[in-house]
Amino acid sequence: MDTKKRISMGVAALILIGVYFVPIWSISMDAPQYPEGIGMNITVDNIQGKEKNDLQNINGLNHYIGMKEINPDSIPELKIMPFIFGFLIISGVVIAIVGDRKWILFWLGIFVLLAIAGLVDFYIWGYDYGHNLNPDAPIKVPGMTYQPPLLGSKQLLNINATSLPHIGFYISLLSMGIAGTVWWKSKED
Amino acid sequence: MSKMLKKSLLWPFAVVAAIGFLSMGCSSNGEFGSSSDAAEKVYVAPGEHDEFYGFFSGGYNGQLGVYGLPSGRHIFTIPVFSQAAVNGWGYNEETKPMFQTSDGFVPWGDAHHPELSQTNGETDGRWVFINENNTPRIARIGLDEFRTQEIIEIPNSAGNHASSFVTPNTEYVTAATRFSVPMDEDNLQNMDVSIDSYKDNFQGTISFIKVSDEGHMNIDFQIRMPGFNYDLSHSGKGPSDGWAFFTSYNSEEAHTMLEINASKNDKDYIAAINWEKAAEYAANGEGKMIPGEHYRNYIDHEEGGVAKSELIEEVRVLDPRELDGLVYFLPTPKSPHGVDVDPSGRYIAAGGKLSTVIPVHSFDKMMTAIENEDFEGEEQGIPVLNYESILHGEVENPGLGPLHTEFDDKGNAYTTAFISSEIVKWDVETLEVVDRIDVYYSPGHLMIPGGDSQNPDGKYLVALNKITKDRYLPTGPEMFHSAQLIDISGEKMQLLLDFPTEGEPHYAQGIAAEKVKENQKRFYEIEGNNHPHAAKSEKETRVERDGNEVHVYMTTIRSHFAPDNIEGIKVGDEVYFHVTNLEQDWDVPHGFAMKGANNAELLIMPGETMTLKWEPKKVGVFPFYCTDFCSALHQEMQGYVRVSSEDSDVEVSYSTGQS
Ligand SMILES: [Cu+2]
Repeated sequence: MDTKKRISMGVAALILIGVYFVPIWSISMDAPQYPEGIGMNITVDNIQGKEKNDLQNINGLNHYIGMKEINPDSIPELKIMPFIFGFLIISGVVIAIVGDRKWILFWLGIFVLLAIAGLVDFYIWGYDYGHNLNPDAPIKVPGMTYQPPLLGSKQLLNINATSLPHIGFYISLLSMGIAGTVWWKSKED
Repeated sequence: MSKMLKKSLLWPFAVVAAIGFLSMGCSSNGEFGSSSDAAEKVYVAPGEHDEFYGFFSGGYNGQLGVYGLPSGRHIFTIPVFSQAAVNGWGYNEETKPMFQTSDGFVPWGDAHHPELSQTNGETDGRWVFINENNTPRIARIGLDEFRTQEIIEIPNSAGNHASSFVTPNTEYVTAATRFSVPMDEDNLQNMDVSIDSYKDNFQGTISFIKVSDEGHMNIDFQIRMPGFNYDLSHSGKGPSDGWAFFTSYNSEEAHTMLEINASKNDKDYIAAINWEKAAEYAANGEGKMIPGEHYRNYIDHEEGGVAKSELIEEVRVLDPRELDGLVYFLPTPKSPHGVDVDPSGRYIAAGGKLSTVIPVHSFDKMMTAIENEDFEGEEQGIPVLNYESILHGEVENPGLGPLHTEFDDKGNAYTTAFISSEIVKWDVETLEVVDRIDVYYSPGHLMIPGGDSQNPDGKYLVALNKITKDRYLPTGPEMFHSAQLIDISGEKMQLLLDFPTEGEPHYAQGIAAEKVKENQKRFYEIEGNNHPHAAKSEKETRVERDGNEVHVYMTTIRSHFAPDNIEGIKVGDEVYFHVTNLEQDWDVPHGFAMKGANNAELLIMPGETMTLKWEPKKVGVFPFYCTDFCSALHQEMQGYVRVSSEDSDVEVSYSTGQS
């Protein structure tokens, strides 16, 4: 691999540092009683309200229907994810230095698998929050579950919940794209 | 003499009767009602906001009403000088100190003239001040939270009417005594003397209250004045910045039946005070410090939101008989009421309430006259200028009983005529009447947003009418006073809307909503809650006994109290419920009402702590509950306190959520 491609691979790895500074995913909710909207952002190690107290207020809403409290400290994924990205950055940089093309494919494969695992995990997390309701909940709507959508919008009672990737996710896509291009272009070498 | 008097007092009635007939005659021209395009002009669609905030004094209700303009919607009432059971203002432990005065706890006030703070002669949306006439006080209300934040008492004053008007950068808020009272020569202490010794003993004061950048008020100095009645005021601006003008009546110094005895002199006075010079004198230690006990009460949310009362013992008094250039009297016909400075700062319009003209003084001419010592004499040591030398001119035929004037941004003035119930528009330069419109009935003050600043929003005018009669559905002998919204954007004034107002509104102030909205507090940060008895989470809730004092550290959140079961309270205990609202969301207060409490409820804003004192008198189990419908489970938001006999040995215990 020539220097240019090595640098590109290095960039693919290093731009992932950006993921630590921006949200990866976001869930927004619209409801008449929240005319300005309410929502949360998922970052590499935390879940935060879009506005300072949104999480507290979402938990307040959720408690009527018996959803578990969203408590970032008790979500193990948020403890692991920073290390996963750390691993991808370091290994990516090493591959760029070594300059071995087949390792790029290996790196990409792991990245894609981790991404899929992440989405599956997110789905399971949402399923658990939406189905695993407190039997003592004040409001019980027969047959109703409150699983947030994995991607897109969904009406949950009078709340319209929208789940979309955020900048961190697009950074990851870009990183995969660059690495993929480097792998493809280095075929002739 | 008495026959002549009778005659002269009767003629206004004849004129009123004539005007009555005249206006009956014109009722077909549509002036009594309004037109459909008027409805369009005041329509604010659901979900949309008004363009202006209007702050209307509550008069004898002691509060401040907030209205949206042009819709006339009553959007809020800010408790100021009167206890308000609706949210515990003046009842709960945090706000009781706000009612502290040198006369003790005063739970009511007569709120007259709101005035918005200004920067560079323009309303800036930081605060609104309002005076209390009966127990002389001035309050400062923060527009970030629409709450009263500070109240200062005015010593050596008996009635605080010519107040609270600000200087162009809110350097000072002014206050002048309405009633003069006997005061001893040295210390201005109220004296036990015969009332008919008025001319010998009675004096007045005018106070200048300094306002710090944070809004804290302190009386920088008072000026000792002759024993007249001081009525209204406005500060100079532009070229006249540095001066303040106060009307007076009763230059006769009468003490009984003033309607006759104080209406004799052809001219009374406007006192022109060079406050810049006075401030200099005060800074140089001139005048003298005299005893003048007064309270300053204030609440600071950063400091826990608990009101503090500070007793100030002394006040500096400047004597215009000893200090040159402090006060001049401008002779003004006849029992002038309002005094209003136009936006250019060059003209001073007086409302000669018994006069048939509106005298307008020129500030330039006043300065020249002072320079030339063009005095017609002096009044108790204060130079009196020559009426002819200072007059810009008189507005002829301005209606009967002209009271107050406000200004637009096009060089026009608008004056209320109390007796003839109309608003008269005149040109400030030419002094010609250019338009007039009937109002219903007997307008006192009027308000144009920014109309007493250097930059009026000359779009709307509000007439504040003293009598309402047939304007709304009747409600017994009493009806709310009426405000009328008038479009002044065109050549002709057009009546747009009637709306009722609480109490007896005197003055009002208006400001573009945009100047206020962006600084709004939505809730108080729970982390920033420095209340000494706050419980910032349910983990911190507890009940502690200390002798016969019991402190309950309670929290509220949709939809429960913690704790909600309390036992071990005894008859004769003093129970303090310190209730912290844990919500961090806009407009989610919780209420707290205790059965049998002898005061009021609490209405606790998100992130805030409030304390209710309860002295249980009977044995039993007593419920408490949330009064503000906060959630779907609001009705379930309740709890119980068990009260045992004085000699019982039930220990203090408490719980939440165990069944
Ligand atoms: Cu409640």
